[in-house]
Amino acid sequence: MTITIEWYIALTAFLFIIGALGVLLRRNAIIIFMSVELMLNAANLLLVAFAHQLGDAHGQVLVFFVMTVAAAEVAVGLALIVAIFQTKKSIDIGQINLLKG
Amino acid sequence: MDNPFLFFPLAIVALWSAISMLLSRNAVHSALYLLVNFATIAVFYIILNAPFLAMVQITVYAGAIMVLFLFVIMLLGAEESAGVLGTRRGQMISALVLGGVIIGSLIAALTRLGSPAAALLVDSSPRNLAVILFETYVFPFEVTGVLLLVAVVGLFVLSKRLVKNRG
Repeated sequence: MTITIEWYIALTAFLFIIGALGVLLRRNAIIIFMSVELMLNAANLLLVAFAHQLGDAHGQVLVFFVMTVAAAEVAVGLALIVAIFQTKKSIDIGQINLLKG
Repeated sequence: MDNPFLFFPLAIVALWSAISMLLSRNAVHSALYLLVNFATIAVFYIILNAPFLAMVQITVYAGAIMVLFLFVIMLLGAEESAGVLGTRRGQMISALVLGGVIIGSLIAALTRLGSPAAALLVDSSPRNLAVILFETYVFPFEVTGVLLLVAVVGLFVLSKRLVKNRG
């Protein structure tokens, strides 16, 4: 038995679903950010798998852009979390309700 | 890529660490499980003939991003938190429905997919990647430079406000 691209699609889809469930189910803002990173990594793995399958290095170059955006997002997001923690003394997303009408 | 003795153990470790990250109550444990997941994805990159990306994955994700996560978790003292069971019922139902929709569409797509024939081995040397990056994608490259500049400016604004609040 050989591993075809379908197995990689299935694996990355499951990793993406686990990340999406983390965003939807957890209340801790830091863990929500980690789940977003998991989803980005699943997409990266699929890009590299297809680059290998199609013999085209452009998919690998796209992964660099995704990594750059992920790094910028994490830096700004964690700074926001620290700023929220300074005012609310909590990072539970249920507590962040200042805009609630 | 097509060796099942490499794929299945790695896939099991990747899925197990991702699920453990999702279910763990301690945020530090979640971060460490995510680190395991990033490491297995780096090994997948090596299997998929992308050794340079594997090294970048280790240094950027495992080295920089996860250290930032662990630093913020320990700075805020936010290790303990309610797990998945602390969520509301409607949230749980909607999450499970959305996950089911993705799995269903995955199965539907996989049953109809005709897999393309494997092409030639991709030239994934840093030199070839740099040629593609700086010739074909030079404008997106500069846009990411602007993005990083905006991120740095935003961090300065946020940290300045923090200092003012504290004083």
